[in-house]
Amino acid sequence: MEIPEIVGAGLIVIGVGIGVGSIGRGATEAIGRQPDAFGKINIAMLIAAALVEGIGFAALFLA
Amino acid sequence: MSIPLRRIKIFYHFLVLVLLTSSHALATAKNPQTRQDYKAEIEAYIEHHILDNHDFNIFSYTNSQGEKVYVSIPLLVILWDRDVGLISFPSSKFKHGKAIVSVKGKHYKVYHSRIYQTDAEGQILYNQEGKVTNYRPIDFSITKSVVSIVLVSLLMFWFFYKHAKSYEKNDLMPTGLGRFLEPVILFVRDEIAIMSIGEKHHHRFMSYLLTLFFFIVILNLIGLSPFGINVTGNIAVTFCLAIITFIITNFKGNRNYWAHIFWMPGVPYYIRPVLMPIELLGVFIKPFTLMVRLYANMAAGHIVLMTLISLIFVFDGVFAKGMGFLLSFVIANLKILVAILQAYVFTVLSAVYFGFAVAEKH
Repeated sequence: MEIPEIVGAGLIVIGVGIGVGSIGRGATEAIGRQPDAFGKINIAMLIAAALVEGIGFAALFLA
Repeated sequence: MSIPLRRIKIFYHFLVLVLLTSSHALATAKNPQTRQDYKAEIEAYIEHHILDNHDFNIFSYTNSQGEKVYVSIPLLVILWDRDVGLISFPSSKFKHGKAIVSVKGKHYKVYHSRIYQTDAEGQILYNQEGKVTNYRPIDFSITKSVVSIVLVSLLMFWFFYKHAKSYEKNDLMPTGLGRFLEPVILFVRDEIAIMSIGEKHHHRFMSYLLTLFFFIVILNLIGLSPFGINVTGNIAVTFCLAIITFIITNFKGNRNYWAHIFWMPGVPYYIRPVLMPIELLGVFIKPFTLMVRLYANMAAGHIVLMTLISLIFVFDGVFAKGMGFLLSFVIANLKILVAILQAYVFTVLSAVYFGFAVAEKH
């Protein structure tokens, strides 16, 4: 049986969603602990989220 | 400040009422025939707003004969045809996709916002996969997106030039709209450029980062206007923006940047050849994700907003229509946030990549 491509896309979205969500949680917790470091945490969060999303987009285009 | 309990109760009653009526409306909405018509019309409507157009459409109405009349500003169509070479004519000749234009013995027709060469009857031919097989001339037209990009560029150039000059006259005090924009510019410098590139090199990239930020933010916000100028939701535009970031990153990259790609310092020697292709791939993936992120966010946002607005016309009943209006109103507000956030993310990530490129040895 052939699995349709959209299933793969769904799996990718689940994975990327979990990844970006946990990055966001980590960042918000860190900001909660140290509000002064907001700027640095923000940049680090965006870089990590961009990397995860990058893998996700690459996989979505292959799917 | 606390909200009185009574008000909350009234709100809940209202919400339940709205939900009930909207589900009722769904059940009794339309007979299947008109529902099919609606579906096709909504699809055409969304496509019309997402894709680029050859004329600048302002509004449309249905006249007394029941025909749809489109009022639009005609733009210039420029085509390179393999048979007759360069040709150009105003887009009003297409009559909003209804007419076939004949130039130098060849016939052209707009089909789904693309120009195809057809026979005299304007036949569009398909292959077995449903793809159009007609010859498509290379299209250099001044489309709606091109016009809006040029207009926004001129506006930005005029405003920021004037604003920069006004600092000389007014003893470093901003005037007018500049009072609102100065904190934004300082934000881009302090929170984006200095944070991610560093104190020493940030001034080399400030002009590009500011241009990028304001260009994307203005185009995103204009995209929310009823004219439906969907420039940043067009992958060609985001591709060009990402390509510029890519070129600047790699041309400004110092020896540390290239060492981190080809011969990663600080890891065992037998891992370095393994890391090289991954890092090299990363050089191309970075601008690629910049491109796709902005495009996907803006295009998907437009589709969602258009669909919700269409719901107002699909549903029957005042409450269901109100629900559709409320939903599209909330999402439209969210879109303003997304428009600014995506410009911010694009700028921050460009700045971070420049930061990688000019990082000192540590």
